[in-house]
Amino acid sequence: MDHRPQAWGRPRDDVYGAYDASYLHSNTPKTATQSPVVTGTSVVGLKFADGVVIAADNLASYGSLARFTDVKRLRVFLDSSVVGFGGDVSDMQYLDRHLNELAIDEAYDHLTPDSSASKTASLNAANLYKYLQKLMYARRNDFDPLWNQILVAGLDGAQKPFLGSVDLRGTSFTSPSLATGYGAMLAQPIMRRVAATEEDAARLTREQAVDVVKECMKVLFYRDARSLDRYSIAVVTKDGIELKEDEQLEKQSWAFAERIRGYGTQTV
Amino acid sequence: MFRNNYDNDSVTFSPQGRIFQVEYAAEAVKQGSVVVGIASKTHAVLVAIKRNAEELSSYQKKLFPIDEHVGIAIAGLTSDARVLSNFMKQQCLGHRLTFGRNMPVRSLVDMIGSKAQINTQHYGKRPYGVGLLVAGVDESGPHLFEFQPSGMTEEMVAFAIGARSQMARTYLEKNLAAFAACGREELVRHGLKALKESLVQDKELTVENTSVAIVGLGKDKDGNPKPEPFKVFDGQDVNAWIESVADDKEAAAAEGAEEGMDVDG
Repeated sequence: MDHRPQAWGRPRDDVYGAYDASYLHSNTPKTATQSPVVTGTSVVGLKFADGVVIAADNLASYGSLARFTDVKRLRVFLDSSVVGFGGDVSDMQYLDRHLNELAIDEAYDHLTPDSSASKTASLNAANLYKYLQKLMYARRNDFDPLWNQILVAGLDGAQKPFLGSVDLRGTSFTSPSLATGYGAMLAQPIMRRVAATEEDAARLTREQAVDVVKECMKVLFYRDARSLDRYSIAVVTKDGIELKEDEQLEKQSWAFAERIRGYGTQTV
Repeated sequence: MFRNNYDNDSVTFSPQGRIFQVEYAAEAVKQGSVVVGIASKTHAVLVAIKRNAEELSSYQKKLFPIDEHVGIAIAGLTSDARVLSNFMKQQCLGHRLTFGRNMPVRSLVDMIGSKAQINTQHYGKRPYGVGLLVAGVDESGPHLFEFQPSGMTEEMVAFAIGARSQMARTYLEKNLAAFAACGREELVRHGLKALKESLVQDKELTVENTSVAIVGLGKDKDGNPKPEPFKVFDGQDVNAWIESVADDKEAAAAEGAEEGMDVDG
């Protein structure tokens, strides 16, 4: 009988042979995510007069394989902000759980005897943006980045529309229109046509903004090979959030595809 | 040598279920000079009596700013208060850095509550010998909290801690209904009147021994909500307030006090 504590709870050597402890201490250094695995593509966001529109398709790709077609990449925070995730889906799920905890803590802190007042004090989109910025930058300084590009849409402390972007390095900026990934190249020019400046964005109506964002989603589906025609779209205003998670791209026209030359099956 | 066998440390209950070290710490609060706090719908004020150890020394400060939107009044061991004050300053700064907003006052008070409670449950530690009144504003309006060495924290409409503070509390209870609707100046006068109740016979409020601090809701130049920063008034800055609550002026105070009272700036 071996009375040494190290042996407690271990398979007996005389029965099972020597315990293979090699897996307990690996010889290689600790590694962090070096590249994303299952990924979401673009998120697009656009401010308008009294709110923000944000959209992302429902696809999670595994490399170039369209692996999961019902992944919701927009998540609501405290009924007042929407966060859109591009990049690694598992890191998105981690952030989602983390933000859930944050929201619960925040709601708990602001539990007041008269529950009507509980809405007045909570983290707004600008606060959340600042927090994610610090979180992403801290993780990149640990050389263990969360492999995401994030858009935060909502209202700031003065109840003005707010739209901000944070990426895996903690780089952050705000703008009247924002897009991540492929959208930064394909959707931004379209949105800038209608909202080049804050003043332009402040003149946009909700309907105009939604139309432009839908147009962007369509263009992205035409040209981004990692995209899908089913998407989520959310509108954040003072009155709350309207989130639709299973929208279908409408009025597609692939006529332009006929004229594309240079790759594919055509011989001329 | 000892009052009893059960007060050697803060981890031992007496057979009656009391923890004497914690009760002694509460006594330390009662040794400190009195501080009063009141909150209305728009402002929270702290007023305090400062003491000087001897004629030749300066007066010990009683009111401390923590952040733009919060401040504290202390009664008890000043050096213990400084530990708590530094902690609160760091927390507010940290919160501002990570979230870009003023720390909600309740979260802040909860944190020092937890911190102080730990000291009552570990061998070799002692409770803080100081009580605090924490006044601040956040998104949900002005707040006043009481903090005790036991770790107990509670939100108050108005409260007083320190030596002879019961008299001040009696005044506050009597005028409780009036506070919510009070403006800035009126609130300070209520505070000073409560303070006067707690003074010993031959003492008076003077510019040397009186401190006033105000924090309130405010607006920036664009009309967005931005707190009127926590500010401590000492010396000549409190003269007008003291005069407005002087015994002989009491009768006239009702109508004539509003003008010439603005010592802001």
